[in-house]
Amino acid sequence: MKKKFNLPVRQLATVGAFALFLLLGNFLMAKKIIGLYYTKVLMVAAINMILAVSLNIATGFLGQLPLGSAGFMAVGAYTSAIIMRKVTFVSPALAFPVCIIIGGLAAALCGFIIGLPALRLKGDYIAIITLGFAEIIRIVILNIDSALGITLTYGASNLKNIPKTTTFTNAFIWVFIVCYLVSALMKSRHGRAILSIRDNEIAAESCGINLTYYKTMAFIVYAFFTGIGGALYAGYLGILNPSGFSFAKSIDILVMVVLGGMGSMTGSVISAAVLTIVPEILHAFSDYRMIVYSLLLIVVMIFRPAGLMGNKEFSMDMLTGLFKKKAKGERSKK
Amino acid sequence: MSRLVPTPSTGVIPERDLGKTPVLEVVRLGIDFGGLTAVDDFTITVGPTEICGLIGPNGAGKTTVFNLLTNVYQPTRGTILLNGVPTQGKSVHEVNKMGIARTFQNVRLFKEMSVEDNVLIGLHNSMNYNIFESFCKMPRYIREEKRSHEKAMELLSIFNMEHLAEDRAGSLPYGVQRRLEILRALATDPSIILLDEPAAGMNPNETEALMQNIQKIRDTFRIAVMLIEHDMNLVMGICEGIAVLNYGRIIAKGTPDEIKSNPQVIEAYLGNRRNEGA
Repeated sequence: MKKKFNLPVRQLATVGAFALFLLLGNFLMAKKIIGLYYTKVLMVAAINMILAVSLNIATGFLGQLPLGSAGFMAVGAYTSAIIMRKVTFVSPALAFPVCIIIGGLAAALCGFIIGLPALRLKGDYIAIITLGFAEIIRIVILNIDSALGITLTYGASNLKNIPKTTTFTNAFIWVFIVCYLVSALMKSRHGRAILSIRDNEIAAESCGINLTYYKTMAFIVYAFFTGIGGALYAGYLGILNPSGFSFAKSIDILVMVVLGGMGSMTGSVISAAVLTIVPEILHAFSDYRMIVYSLLLIVVMIFRPAGLMGNKEFSMDMLTGLFKKKAKGERSKK
Repeated sequence: MSRLVPTPSTGVIPERDLGKTPVLEVVRLGIDFGGLTAVDDFTITVGPTEICGLIGPNGAGKTTVFNLLTNVYQPTRGTILLNGVPTQGKSVHEVNKMGIARTFQNVRLFKEMSVEDNVLIGLHNSMNYNIFESFCKMPRYIREEKRSHEKAMELLSIFNMEHLAEDRAGSLPYGVQRRLEILRALATDPSIILLDEPAAGMNPNETEALMQNIQKIRDTFRIAVMLIEHDMNLVMGICEGIAVLNYGRIIAKGTPDEIKSNPQVIEAYLGNRRNEGA
């Protein structure tokens, strides 16, 4: 039997490590060691982490392949941005968390509406349906610049003057919240049901798992967190244009999930960070930047076909296990 | 073995189960795939603690019967009563909740999940905390997870598999995978368990142990067992009633001894003496 750390100790250690990370980040920024430019890169990395972790619920854990992350992102981004612009009676910093959650809920509602019919089917229909959904959302946003006399999205001429409320600290706090909720979900009976559907639908059904219910649940959770990522994205950019939510955006996020390892939350976090920061560092190579980026992807996929982390999670146990293995190896050498 | 008494609908039912509501009552069940009648006029009654066997040559429709009983296929004709309640129109997972659990001919485990998690999937419906309770680690979540863990370990101990609890299910040897599948089915708290070739790929010693375990399961859980099997030692050794299927129809029903001497069964398995050499 493996010896595990006690639960409160583990949780305190995690929270402590995270608080230390936030303090260190803020300290380095205050001392200008991390400049404004790289602060922004880190914020984008945080947003991408949220998007990748949530897409991982649908691909890695549920085993479906939705290609519509950009659509849910757009719903979350525009919903929260429009509310943020209208709400002027409280400070933006206070209104922001509420707007983020409303953005997430709007995306979750869309997820429910398209997920319920699509997930009743067996097979890969979800890829095509979500792809179509994302394009519909983009076109709709482009065309309903105003409805019923209220100016909504401004269409192609940019939704401007969104309060820039996303900061390094609150972006990473959301990363932490999303990761905590996803890992708590996966350790519950609901999470196990979702995993069992990925492994074997027929067996899951015969064990009393309601396939439609749990597929839709996982899909809604995915849409909700993607919407939260979108809302943070709106608060980061301060200006929204429908062309930013194209098919390419969905693929970018999918690449992060595949590179990190489908079914590994920590893998998604690591690869989202790597794939956001590496292209920025490669600016030195100017024109060859995207070639290096693509080569990196190919090399990783050749040497680690299951992704950086496979379907394993990084944990304290894994670290101690690694040390023990090393110690054992050294002992056996002697 | 208890004495068997003839009843009007099935042929046989163990004496101790007489007068109790049968766990499974199937009347004139049939299914057509296009123009092909795969199963027809399938009538059987299973007592609450009976071990019954379903045998027949390859392609006779045995697995189709299992798929009909678990509502994987919707029958074209006939009715299925589970503990007296019709299962018509129910979905597969609802039928499972009503009390039927099964294993599969070609093992279907959750291969990427741990052995314990496989059993916990079976226990899924015995827990009823909601998603927010798991987010906040509420007392009910902790209590039910702990209880389920203990229950899973108890189930694993039936086949002495506690030490494998954290192994990946897909990495187990074939025979152990089959046993795990039985445990997973048991975890759903069924009133009848359907075993599709439980001894396939097992050596004689393992089969011998399996026979004892099936009886042990029946005695401890007080449930009915219905099994498809080609290993005649196993079927004749533990089944109290046997139904023989050929070309989708029941050609004989009775005790093992009656089946062994039934000319129609011998013909279905070995062929007709007169046609030999023709």
